[in-house]
Amino acid sequence: MDTEKPTSPAPHRRPHASSRRPVSYDLNLAHLPPPGIVSILHRVSGLALFFPILPALIYLLGASLASEEGYREWRSFFSEPAVKFVMLGVIWAYAHHFFAGLRYLLLDVHVGIAKAPARKSAMAVLVLGLLATLLIGWCIW
Amino acid sequence: MVKAYTKTPVGAHYGLGDWLLQRLTAVVMVLFTVGFAICLAVHKPGTYAEWKALFSGTFVRVTTVLFFTALLYHAWVGMRDILMDYVKPTAIRLTLQSAVVVALLLYLIWIAQILWSR
Repeated sequence: MDTEKPTSPAPHRRPHASSRRPVSYDLNLAHLPPPGIVSILHRVSGLALFFPILPALIYLLGASLASEEGYREWRSFFSEPAVKFVMLGVIWAYAHHFFAGLRYLLLDVHVGIAKAPARKSAMAVLVLGLLATLLIGWCIW
Repeated sequence: MVKAYTKTPVGAHYGLGDWLLQRLTAVVMVLFTVGFAICLAVHKPGTYAEWKALFSGTFVRVTTVLFFTALLYHAWVGMRDILMDYVKPTAIRLTLQSAVVVALLLYLIWIAQILWSR
């Protein structure tokens, strides 16, 4: 039947040889198990916290403490919805890094080191990071 | 007689110290984060005067600088790990690592200057 479409040649297949071919694993990020997702997000959030989040927050702290006008200026700046959405990202980066770090501290002392609990705690970290972001976001909105 | 070269290419164990220091500094920052969050929730600084008063107490100033000192070591180990994993050319990696060290020292000096300049 495939011979009717000459533009898309069917791959040359021998029915009994295909089962003996080496398996190639799908290395898509989407197939990372929860501990892997927590791990890469821990790294990404750590990098983001180092730069640019940290210098930005230090600058804002300095400006808000320097004078009454500075304080008011930054308060009105933070009341903008767009800024608050960016702050949600900042809060998530800190919260995820925080909870993932606590999980690593527990793993270091061999708490929940087996595969099943490690998977569960990884999912808990992902959920807690988002919940903390929602909670703090609700407080600042 | 040729003396056998006994120095091993690995096993300086400086990695263990860094690893431990990263955990210790993490614990310091966890404690500060929880304490500071409780402090904010209790005092709810809503005006400039309250905001300024919060950061003028010696305890808050000292613990904030302690937090940033812990952060300096913690972020150094983390950033060094990232750079070692992804930046292979030695010259570029060492340049970036130096930049990280300078940036972290500047952060620390900056925060101390903010807290004590007034």
